Amino acid sequence: MHKQFQWIKERIIEGVLFLSALFSIFVTIGIVAVLFFETYEFFKEVSIVDFLTDTQWTPLFDEKHFGILPLFAGTFLTTIIAIAVALPIGLISAIYLSEYASARFRTAVKPALEVLAAVPTVVYGYFALLFVTPILQKIIPGLSGFNALSPGIVMGIMITPIVASLSEDAMHAVPMGLREGAYALGATKFQVAARVVVPAAFSGIAASFILGISRAVGETMIVAIAAGQQPRLTLNPLVPLETITAYIVQVSLGDTPTGTIEYKTIFAAGMSLFVVTFVLNIVSYWLRKKFREVYE
Amino acid sequence: MKKSIISLIAIFAVFMSIKLHAAQVIKIDGSSTVYPITEAVAEEFQKAEKGKIKVTVGISGTGGGFKKLCNGETDISNASRPIKPSEVELCKKKGIDYIEIPVAYDGIAILANPKNNWVDYLTVKELKKIWEPEAQVKITKWNQIRPTWPDKEIHLFGAGVDSGTYDYFTEAIVGKEHSSRGDFTSSEDDNVLVQGIATDSLALGFFGVAYYEYNKDKLKLVPIDDQNDSNGKGPILPEYDNVVKGAYQPLSRPIFIYVNKKSADKPEIQRFIDFYMKNGGQLSKEVGYVALPALAYELGFKRFEKRITGSVFGGHGSQVGVKIEELLQRE
Repeated sequence: MHKQFQWIKERIIEGVLFLSALFSIFVTIGIVAVLFFETYEFFKEVSIVDFLTDTQWTPLFDEKHFGILPLFAGTFLTTIIAIAVALPIGLISAIYLSEYASARFRTAVKPALEVLAAVPTVVYGYFALLFVTPILQKIIPGLSGFNALSPGIVMGIMITPIVASLSEDAMHAVPMGLREGAYALGATKFQVAARVVVPAAFSGIAASFILGISRAVGETMIVAIAAGQQPRLTLNPLVPLETITAYIVQVSLGDTPTGTIEYKTIFAAGMSLFVVTFVLNIVSYWLRKKFREVYE
Repeated sequence: MKKSIISLIAIFAVFMSIKLHAAQVIKIDGSSTVYPITEAVAEEFQKAEKGKIKVTVGISGTGGGFKKLCNGETDISNASRPIKPSEVELCKKKGIDYIEIPVAYDGIAILANPKNNWVDYLTVKELKKIWEPEAQVKITKWNQIRPTWPDKEIHLFGAGVDSGTYDYFTEAIVGKEHSSRGDFTSSEDDNVLVQGIATDSLALGFFGVAYYEYNKDKLKLVPIDDQNDSNGKGPILPEYDNVVKGAYQPLSRPIFIYVNKKSADKPEIQRFIDFYMKNGGQLSKEVGYVALPALAYELGFKRFEKRITGSVFGGHGSQVGVKIEELLQRE
């Protein structure tokens, strides 16, 4: 009797755990399904060729064009700028923290770095608009008040801790024996860091890069506040433009009735974004598997 | 256990009593152009009522406001243009009647960055050339508007497509309501536009003149020439006298509040409208608008008391060149 009760209890616990795991899967499936469904509705009205090749995006106006390219260009440009800031700074600070810094310094600085990642992005947005842009305008006189450069840089600052922290974890996991072996062969500290530790931790570092890129592509508030709201097919970082995420915010803030084509553009834009981040995640997974060095 | 139940009940009772006290709420939404006046009136009104009546004022744009009014979600809707046929239809469907009350006169200001030293004035024709749908992607440089202007990009900013300002501007300049190019920075939030124009030396934009009044030092006001000498010669600025006289054409217009007829029977709404009509003139001046003549406010209140529903504009939406005298004759 007691044993049977125990058995039932175990099954219940197992069931609850299973359902919790299932729940997140169902939510994911639900989101993807809604995205697919609404996007399908969208492409009933707009040809996919227009969507991918038209160079204008003006679904809210009389003269409607549904070319996603200007929004893609905006997202691409701000992401490139962010990555150009985050990758070098993130990687260099990771190398310093892992190879050069004392253990005490490391334990003090790492949480501080991670706090940067916890600042709400809306704060970063106004930081870009009201602080970074005016400073940049003093250096570059032709810079518009809304532009890609300033939110790109601030976004880079935001993702630096992600890159630094994850890369540092990967480097820290490289076995001490490898470093000692290199030292025994007469390598300098920098040679050990650059030629032994970084290659050994490459899969982890690459994964952190991809995660950073994926974060930059999906970032919303910073670009919605500081990059402007004008879809524009350009790679000039000095003029106002609009990213995919900023467009979604713009439409959602206005008063767009459900079921209209303007409403469906939200999902088409969201779907494009989803595809990009999905591909990035797969690449990151593949990189990790392919280049993973296993040390026993 | 018993103690905690008692304290729970006590907390609940306190909340209930707070709720009962705060029961009177006036819900207002709509145009961001009318917002400064209504918000100023609402603040003074709440002070005068010692906080017994709460007034919330949203800014979802004239179009957004009408959608909410016709859905019965709000008591009053701010509107920077008269109601449109599609909205008349929507209200009819939901069985909502509304009382239209003009509250002030507003000019739409055309603005450039203070560093812009070439724009001296713009004609209505030039504005049309910039903003019409055909200009999309084609008119992108200042020297395409006037050859003597620099060969530099023009960065356009304008009120969002849900705003009455956008509707009126397109009607007055392009000649067709809700029709313009789409490649400009558009926002329902006028502060975003102020920020954009104030920090971009190549900017040109439009929004309600009140937001210019708040940000005079950061913006350059551009005079407008409608090339019609009968209402004033040459380029004209949206200053008080020009708007009252009807000289700042075609970019000045009356702005309104629309009251849900069902709400009009509530005593707090009656008190609010009474307060609005008595103080709206003074307050609209304070926040940068042009007050209507005193008689207009009296007529407005009468209209409310008699519960005259519908629009004096016949539900056709924006009309260009309406003068205050004309508006009064229609009352």
